[in-house]
Amino acid sequence: MSEPSASSGIDLHAQQVARFRLQDRFFHHTTQLFALVVLATLVGILVSLAIEAWPSLEEFGPAFLWTNVWSVPDDQYGALAAIYGTVVTSVLALLIAVPISFGIALFLTETCPLWLRRPLGTAIELLAGIPSIVYGIWGLFVFAPLFAEHIQPLLQYLLGDVPIIGSWFSGPPIGIGILTASLVLSMMVIPFIASVMRDVFETVPDVLKESAYGIGCTTWEVLRNIVLPYTRVGVIGGIMLGLGRALGETMAVTFVIGNANRIIPSLFAPGTSIASTLANEFGEADPGLHIASLFALGLVLFVITFIVLAISRWLISRSMGSEGL
Amino acid sequence: MSDQATISSQETALQVRNLSFYYGDFKGLSNINMDIARNKVTAFIGPSGCGKSTLLRTFNRMYDLYPGQRAEGEILFNGKNLLDKKQDVNLVRAKIGMVFQKPTPFPMTIYENIAFGVRLYERLSKSAMDDRVEWALKKAALWEEVKDKLQQNGLSLSGGQQQRLCIARAVAVKPDVVLLDEPTSALDPISTAKIEELIYELKNEYTIAIVTHNMQQAARISDYTAFMYLGELIEMGDTDQLFLKPKIKQTEDYITGRFG
Repeated sequence: MSEPSASSGIDLHAQQVARFRLQDRFFHHTTQLFALVVLATLVGILVSLAIEAWPSLEEFGPAFLWTNVWSVPDDQYGALAAIYGTVVTSVLALLIAVPISFGIALFLTETCPLWLRRPLGTAIELLAGIPSIVYGIWGLFVFAPLFAEHIQPLLQYLLGDVPIIGSWFSGPPIGIGILTASLVLSMMVIPFIASVMRDVFETVPDVLKESAYGIGCTTWEVLRNIVLPYTRVGVIGGIMLGLGRALGETMAVTFVIGNANRIIPSLFAPGTSIASTLANEFGEADPGLHIASLFALGLVLFVITFIVLAISRWLISRSMGSEGL
Repeated sequence: MSDQATISSQETALQVRNLSFYYGDFKGLSNINMDIARNKVTAFIGPSGCGKSTLLRTFNRMYDLYPGQRAEGEILFNGKNLLDKKQDVNLVRAKIGMVFQKPTPFPMTIYENIAFGVRLYERLSKSAMDDRVEWALKKAALWEEVKDKLQQNGLSLSGGQQQRLCIARAVAVKPDVVLLDEPTSALDPISTAKIEELIYELKNEYTIAIVTHNMQQAARISDYTAFMYLGELIEMGDTDQLFLKPKIKQTEDYITGRFG
């Protein structure tokens, strides 16, 4: 080959590389931009919530968080009842949903016959796809009457006289209330938690499970001691996803929680949650302190969700640290 | 007992009789008959897909975990048929341990990796358990390297150490038989040499069946060798004899490298 053509070959090559580099840079910056948009949106929402909530925060101060008043005529607002309802319904929903989801995920990955695995998995994913308003309608018109007629009297009969927890089941069995909202919420988060758990259980290498079976473990021992520790991070993530959804769930809860802006220490009593208060009152709220207080509620929900996320991050990093790696 | 037994049952740990194995419709093993000698090392060699791992996995019924896989025939262990539906599989697996191709430490500390299996079938005091862990780690020639970091995660060890941990784990439950499925194929030569030495030591107390791709390894460590091809047992015998004077042409072709 002659000299000039060889050097032009190198030039061509260099040009090519330069073009690739440019493309790379372009790609890098574009994706970075997308990522920053997410961050900007987050900050934007936080800031606008804070601005809109400002009159209320100024008026009531931090006491807004622990004041158990929500009175539109008196223009007095406190978030305690809504926070109580949100936290209690979400935690109860998780207490019910986590063990059930765990069972579903274990059955699907470990003991379910092959022919049933796909239909059942699909059914659970479909359950996750049902719009929340449908859960709400079903909860109000189908579940609540049944619950009032059959289950609440039974619970009262069984647990009503037990010290301490007995009072949780006191009051008239009207069907709607904190407990009903928790049950409907648990049904809504089960598909989320179960499908995340199933996915992470499936990441456990077969050979690891075989090793445990190989020293004589039963299925339960393998799950308890191998699968669960191996997938701990994913399982926590799944539970937190469910909790996040339960905290913010609006329509279904609004239908069945009863919408009473006070705290009654019975699970049968009606209550409210942050999201359902917002849904109920935003439409007809007067400008001024009422609107500002609703925004402040929104801000509180935002912060609660943020705390939940932070705790889950902390749990995950702690559990990874404890493995001694 | 079957009249095909070639070694007296005193010296036999496992007797395989007319064993066939199916993956769904595919026949993975056909009509295998063999005796695995007690306190000896038996090696299984053959090209990939010949069924040697499949055979090993019938000995502890590992295939039970997978729907669609089934075995026919008999494998006699202490006079009982392992393949019998009524046989308790967990008990079988506690008596017939297994070590896999890749090291598979459990997601827990080194100490727990060993104590976990022991705890399944025995109730030991803390000090007895400490002794057992030490004993097992010494058996696996790992004690000196890990005695100061028993509370570290098993995954923090090197690949060769992890594999010895798995051997210690298998040995700790005091099985009769240890099955090794290509235990050194993922390891470097030094770790491999250590594990081969270990296998040699272990056969004083355990019956060992090992699947290997490495014919030199089979020749070095085993007392008996079985050559398998396409799901059939072609030839089995004394290792020296099989490598020096194979009786069957296919065996000779394989060990001299003409196919496989």
